[in-house]
Amino acid sequence: MSRATDAVALSGQSALKGIGTGIGTGLDRGFGAIRSFFGGMPKPVKIVLLVLGVLLAYALPLLDLPIIPTTGSDFGGVLFTAASYALIAVGLNIVIGYAGLLDLGYVGFYATGAYTVGILTQYHWHWPFLLALPMAILVTMVFGVLLGAPTLRVRGDYLAIVTLGFGEIIRLVIHNTGWLGAASGISQIPPPPSIGPNPPGPDGGLFSIPHLSWGTFPNIIDVGHETHFLKFGVLDAIPYYWLMLTALAVVLVADKLIKDSRVGRAWEATREDEDAAEIMGVPTFRYKLLAFALGACIGGLSGGIYAARNGFVSPDTFVIILSELFVAAVIIGGAGNRWGAIAGAIVVAYLPERFRGFSDWRMLVFGLAMMALAIWRPQGIFPPRRTRRALAAEAEIEELEGETVDV
Amino acid sequence: MDFLIHHFFELTITGLALGSIYALVALGYTLVYGVLQLINFAHSEVFMYGTFAVAWIVVLVHGTGSTTESLWAAAPILILALIAAMLLSGLVALLLERVAYRPLIKKNAPKLIALISAIGASFALAEIMGLRDRIAAWFGLDDNLSNYVSPGKARDLYASPVTIDPHPISWLKIGDYTVTDVDLLVIVAALAMMFALDWFVRHTRFGRGIRATAQDPESAALMGVNSTRIIQVTFFIGGLMAGAAATLYMIRVGTTRQNAGFIFGVKAFTAAVMGGIGNLRGALLGGLILGVAENYGSAILGTEWKDVVAFVLLVLILLVRPSGLLGEALGKARA
Repeated sequence: MSRATDAVALSGQSALKGIGTGIGTGLDRGFGAIRSFFGGMPKPVKIVLLVLGVLLAYALPLLDLPIIPTTGSDFGGVLFTAASYALIAVGLNIVIGYAGLLDLGYVGFYATGAYTVGILTQYHWHWPFLLALPMAILVTMVFGVLLGAPTLRVRGDYLAIVTLGFGEIIRLVIHNTGWLGAASGISQIPPPPSIGPNPPGPDGGLFSIPHLSWGTFPNIIDVGHETHFLKFGVLDAIPYYWLMLTALAVVLVADKLIKDSRVGRAWEATREDEDAAEIMGVPTFRYKLLAFALGACIGGLSGGIYAARNGFVSPDTFVIILSELFVAAVIIGGAGNRWGAIAGAIVVAYLPERFRGFSDWRMLVFGLAMMALAIWRPQGIFPPRRTRRALAAEAEIEELEGETVDV
Repeated sequence: MDFLIHHFFELTITGLALGSIYALVALGYTLVYGVLQLINFAHSEVFMYGTFAVAWIVVLVHGTGSTTESLWAAAPILILALIAAMLLSGLVALLLERVAYRPLIKKNAPKLIALISAIGASFALAEIMGLRDRIAAWFGLDDNLSNYVSPGKARDLYASPVTIDPHPISWLKIGDYTVTDVDLLVIVAALAMMFALDWFVRHTRFGRGIRATAQDPESAALMGVNSTRIIQVTFFIGGLMAGAAATLYMIRVGTTRQNAGFIFGVKAFTAAVMGGIGNLRGALLGGLILGVAENYGSAILGTEWKDVVAFVLLVLILLVRPSGLLGEALGKARA
């Protein structure tokens, strides 16, 4: 911290920088402490803590906690958006974070998933949702391979613009094709089937859960305001949030398994040095294609659930800016770290909604916040372990070499 | 198809005009990429500020009553607008470099994070323009604000009150099509700007600095090149070119809005990539090809497929030549 204090004496600007670095190191130390604290505990405690965390995530919309909920828009809906962005960010993290492929057209896969569900359940056929969703994942995966096979030959920034072009091509093709609903989109997509007799009728749920109320102390459980479990209606977004959260949990487990396997290491090798990996016998093209396809189908999953929740899809939803937001979520969180990607997605989905009170100014504030985050935390909020290790090594070398020449 | 055959020359000329505007904006992307290896995603907003500068100057000089004038009658106002647009775009580009890039370059941050900073800056710049009526009200401009912005509808289409009416030039006939003065002006002006830039990069001290930094920033710094200054100059020149492009865009299109830069910027960036990003002559080639191909494509398939044609063409070109038509070459250009 002495560096930061010295800097204050120099000038305002470097003081700001010093404080930024200070906060950064503090943040790193804090997370490091949490990590070692968490890692040092016996396994049963870890499991209990994890279960508690998952329970909190599921209960969040019912608790009606102070400060956190959004005032301008339905909190359940915001949570649903945050969870769907988190799912997307985990998928995109495979492409950007693990395999190192900058994909700016990811929204195309989100659109493919949403439109597959829309077409299968309403527009041309009347498949049940539970059959349409796996189909959406499959179709998106095929799209991932079809788009990846020609484009993955180009590298770096060229890949970025080619994928951006593909995302835009998908949107424009939807916009101009009558079979896909053209500009007016597909409406009246049915929700997922509800299960159970509560309330009685065809659209019941299994049971109902009251919300908490913080107004008066003794009357803390609000029985008049209930969410029906497994009832997918129009009004209450919370069951959809649970559905999305469940999908996210399943994907996270799969993500951990594949990241820790040979495949995950092959991706990292390709990301760090493609030529060296190729020479050492890693079929880089095949692994890049696999990352592209897996990332794509996770985007398709999120899009499919989105279509069922929203009941309406139109090409205007799937614009390039959304792609940029997804990339921002992954990188702000710390590319290569799945929890970082989730944190970034929450920042991107939640912040603009939380500050809806500023209405027109919120996008400006959001843009400035993105810049500020980038400048103060260039490695992301939660950089992956490898990056932090590399940074520490770099700092050590710098210290050994003495003061560097300022150019 | 019939339409393409009957209007082949017309489509080629208007495509070249559109393409040369793309190329001017593409120069900004290509310059910054050549020196910093960064995609400057906020460059489209630099261009958008230029279009507003043109609209404002025209309103300021001419008033809000709309008229249609020939190019030559409007020339003085347009020259003034050109200067204003170039200055405003250049200043916005300088500000962008100072706020969104320099802190990251100093920290040696990963390239991806610079992309995020640029996307954030692009949101912020577009939003500031969208909220311009409220920002102007802070400075007490609300009384006569209606002269400069449409109150309450800040995000709406903003049109320049002087519409330029293109006149065919009788002596310039290509095939059965007579070239209009507006198209000729756009093409000639864009080419002149580009040749001036090419000369600047090849023959001046700053140009040598830009090429040296593009080739090897560390050696350049050891040879006494002030890299911070070079990066500033690069951004400023990119901004000047975007301002010039904005003026030509307003002459041809005549309307703008706070998000006008976005899709145009993506197209210009596509042009830069097509020719080989980092290569000035590649940007020109890419821009012209893109403009003409879009026109042919929309004649064959319909206007709604115009953008699809552009992106499919980009993918096809990159498949054959993975680093663009002319390759990356700012650092390799010899004096």
